[in-house]
Amino acid sequence: MQNDTDDLLRAVLTDVLGLKPGQAAGFTAQTGLFGALPELDSMAVANLLAEIEDRMGITIDDEDVDGDLLADYGSLLGFVAARREAA
Amino acid sequence: MPAATWPCPSGYAAHAVIMGPDTGSRLLIVPALFDEGHKLRRFTLEVMRRLVGAGLGCVLPDLPGLNESLAPLEAQTPETWRGAMAAAAAHFTCSHVLAMRGGCLVAPDLPGWFYAPLAGANQQRQMLRARIITAREAGREETQDGLLAQGREQGLELAGYRLGAAFLQSFGALVPEAGNQISTISQDQLGGAGLWMRAEAGENAAQADALAAIVAVALKGQG
Repeated sequence: MQNDTDDLLRAVLTDVLGLKPGQAAGFTAQTGLFGALPELDSMAVANLLAEIEDRMGITIDDEDVDGDLLADYGSLLGFVAARREAA
Repeated sequence: MPAATWPCPSGYAAHAVIMGPDTGSRLLIVPALFDEGHKLRRFTLEVMRRLVGAGLGCVLPDLPGLNESLAPLEAQTPETWRGAMAAAAAHFTCSHVLAMRGGCLVAPDLPGWFYAPLAGANQQRQMLRARIITAREAGREETQDGLLAQGREQGLELAGYRLGAAFLQSFGALVPEAGNQISTISQDQLGGAGLWMRAEAGENAAQADALAAIVAVALKGQG
């Protein structure tokens, strides 16, 4: 089930960022998120996290949410995958 | 866009977008709340245009303190919002309601539809989290419990919205109450992801078509 985390996360980002189909497939671990995408403000991040929680069936603690978590796609994917494993 | 004012119990001038006929079935559209209201504004108007195309009248009032309303948001509570929507429904002789997301929490007592209803706790949690993220970037540590305790005493600014203590004392406990005269329309019925989660407001013609069709078909069926 963990193997679909990457696909699910790209799908969430597609919906939240309003990307064209397939555009998120070009994200690499180094693709910048918070700080790199001006539309990803704090409210958008809160929406993004809620949608991740909903679709992945995990809970994200506020303490874990900081600039590092959302610095790039790789850091977010690593965090979400670890949370799903622990769930 | 045709607009009208109506006697809002807040005492401040209140605006509403009016479309379509004022006879027959007329829908009161209760907008989504706060940031989601902005994200869904265009979608909401697109749904209204389609309903008008189906021969239905639509009225979209502002909630006191939100959108164009000059009423102070800090003085509002879920009860004043519900009262304002009931007053708008009476003034514009609406027969049905279509409430969007958090707007379902303050919909007046009319038959109709809840679109993707959202509990107060969930909406509040999102806004608290946005504030915590902003604070952390500025080097301040805040918690949801701490902020809520403070807000219920003295009010709180969340995601740019200055909410009063009375508002925060009751909003988080609200859940959408779809009685037997309300049908709930889920996002799955529209296909695709809800536009409220977009980082930047977007639009989706297919979703607007689907939502308007559900409402129009049901109303036409009632004759």
